[in-house]
Amino acid sequence: MFARLKQMLIKEFIQVLRDKRTRFILIIPPIVQMLVFGYAANFEVHLVPTAVVDFDHSQQSRDLISRFTSSPYFDVRRQLDNSRQLRDAIDSGDAAIGLEIDAGFAQKLLKGQAAPLQVIVDATNSNTALITSSYVTQIATGFARDYQLDRIGRIDPQVVEQLPSVQLRQRPWYNPDLRSRWFFVPGVIGSLTLVLVVVLTAFAVVREREIGTLEQIMVTPIGRAEFILGKTLPSFLIGLFDVSLIALVGTLWFQVPFRGHILVLLAGSVLFLLSMLGVGLLISTISSTQQQAMVTSFFFIMPAITFSGFGFPISTMPQWLQYCTYLSPLRYFLVVLRSSYLKGVGMTILWPQMAAMAALSSFFLGVAILRFHKALD
Amino acid sequence: MTEKLQSAIVVDGLTRSFPGVRAVEALSFEVGPGEIFGLVGPDGAGKTTTLRMLAGVLSPDEGSVLVAGVDVVRDPEAAKHALSYMPQRFGLYEDLTVDENIRFYADLFGVRGAERNTRSAQLLQAAGMSEFRRRLAGKLSGGMKQKLGLVCALIHRPRVILLDEPTTGVDPVSRRDFWRILYELVAEGVAILTSTAYLDEAERCHRVALLHQGKLLFCDTPANLKSRLGKDVLSVTSSDPRRVRGVLEQAAGISSLVLTGDRVHAVVDRAMRRIPEFQALLAAAGVSFDAMQQVAPTIEDLFVDAVSGGAPHA
Repeated sequence: MFARLKQMLIKEFIQVLRDKRTRFILIIPPIVQMLVFGYAANFEVHLVPTAVVDFDHSQQSRDLISRFTSSPYFDVRRQLDNSRQLRDAIDSGDAAIGLEIDAGFAQKLLKGQAAPLQVIVDATNSNTALITSSYVTQIATGFARDYQLDRIGRIDPQVVEQLPSVQLRQRPWYNPDLRSRWFFVPGVIGSLTLVLVVVLTAFAVVREREIGTLEQIMVTPIGRAEFILGKTLPSFLIGLFDVSLIALVGTLWFQVPFRGHILVLLAGSVLFLLSMLGVGLLISTISSTQQQAMVTSFFFIMPAITFSGFGFPISTMPQWLQYCTYLSPLRYFLVVLRSSYLKGVGMTILWPQMAAMAALSSFFLGVAILRFHKALD
Repeated sequence: MTEKLQSAIVVDGLTRSFPGVRAVEALSFEVGPGEIFGLVGPDGAGKTTTLRMLAGVLSPDEGSVLVAGVDVVRDPEAAKHALSYMPQRFGLYEDLTVDENIRFYADLFGVRGAERNTRSAQLLQAAGMSEFRRRLAGKLSGGMKQKLGLVCALIHRPRVILLDEPTTGVDPVSRRDFWRILYELVAEGVAILTSTAYLDEAERCHRVALLHQGKLLFCDTPANLKSRLGKDVLSVTSSDPRRVRGVLEQAAGISSLVLTGDRVHAVVDRAMRRIPEFQALLAAAGVSFDAMQQVAPTIEDLFVDAVSGGAPHA
């Protein structure tokens, strides 16, 4: 039994390692993708291109604009003359936000009235628009408050010292600087591994079917279990290697802290890889060519990533979709990854995720093996 | 050769349907040790389906298969050590070398160490491939690939060998190597079941089964089969055999017409009597020919005659 399995593994690794292109595919693209995703997958908003129309030309309006100019969130690159130009700038994408200060802005402030600041946001990307608006609110509120204090201070400096206020003491745990990269890098590790292992496993088996070796092997005394193990173990080992590689790049390059226990992450990775092997094997049983396997893989990969909470929070999905997310093993692996990296919690907290992945692994592998028997006829 | 106890292969009432097609229907035959048995028929006659059922990779709807005394339908695993199955395209790993392919299949059959080395050296020698051991299988010619497939299929000294059109697309030199290896095996008492669409190759077999649309037409030695025709064969050699056939198709009393190379074979009742008539017909049509003579029937003549139902061509 082990001699035959060993020979299967030797054969698989010769095939993988002999081909320059395969060697390349297993190492370089995962690293490059990790780097690209690490930089690209980011919710932070910096230097939003901003256009300004100032009809007031007052000390106050210039003061307000300068607060935007000096903010790291805004890039005030256009000072325009009229509303039409502002509209064009937003239409063409030259500016994502437009500020319009009407004539009489300073006058109203002086009279103690509410002075309007028109803010036009390009909300094509609703998320960015929301974040940008909140930055505008912060700056406008700060400006108003400083102006109020200034006015009160001129009347009675003592009142200023007695003004009550609430002081916020925000303590964002696990990610004090609220870096979205810390949230995304562990997620990228999970999704890259998912794509890699599913495609690798599906292709490994389908290729044997395509070149006719599958039928040949089935007339040898090798057991189906041995064959399946011989085909999936290499994908498993390569998957484990790639998880480590991607995780190293994420940790060392992007400086995402790893606070948990490496063995907890390892246990999670093993369970996750097993479920992905099951899915890959299942795909191989319903595909007779590599092209079919490719297309079928994408039918799995897209929803599996969407339903994992990789980009969109599961809690905001409609209830019936939230039920679907329970079927995506990545959903649980992402919790294990993020918790291991940022929270540093262990098995006492992560066992439900581990159990769910174990259950899904058994399910996918079980169905795949059952189907595999039938698919040979 | 055909005693039940000694038979290497016993097929009884084998039937298998695919959606819309009866691929194999109530097929029964036996093959003895040391016998080359040919399964002959055109594409779609059910040869591959039969071989796959014998190899245990496809289950029959009905019927039984005994290979080396083991019921393949009930226990496909048990027959595997005694059996070797070589599909039309043997599954080789093109990115592995000749040696690595052999080693892989040897290990799957549990052939190891010195035994594996001597056996593979001997087979490679017989196949004329000793100097290609380190070459990638993908870089071999079609004939070489097929011979490598045979080497891999024989590495575990099977007692029963199933070959599916083994020499299709193989060059004449490799084909000769191929048959030499098969004859050596037969001398050792191995039973060989081979399918072929080449009727000339069928003459190399000890016995031949003619298959048509999943049914067995005849099963006998090539010599007996030929004498079964019960009719004469008239051969017309011409530089334009198609036109000869065209003219003869108009003639009455021809049971079947076969075009092979530069010859047209006409199956008729009394060959010598028809010669003057045919000569006149061809002359009238202005078709020239080189020779017209009675020849011994071939298996192809029998097959075509049987398939066309012995009906005269219109």
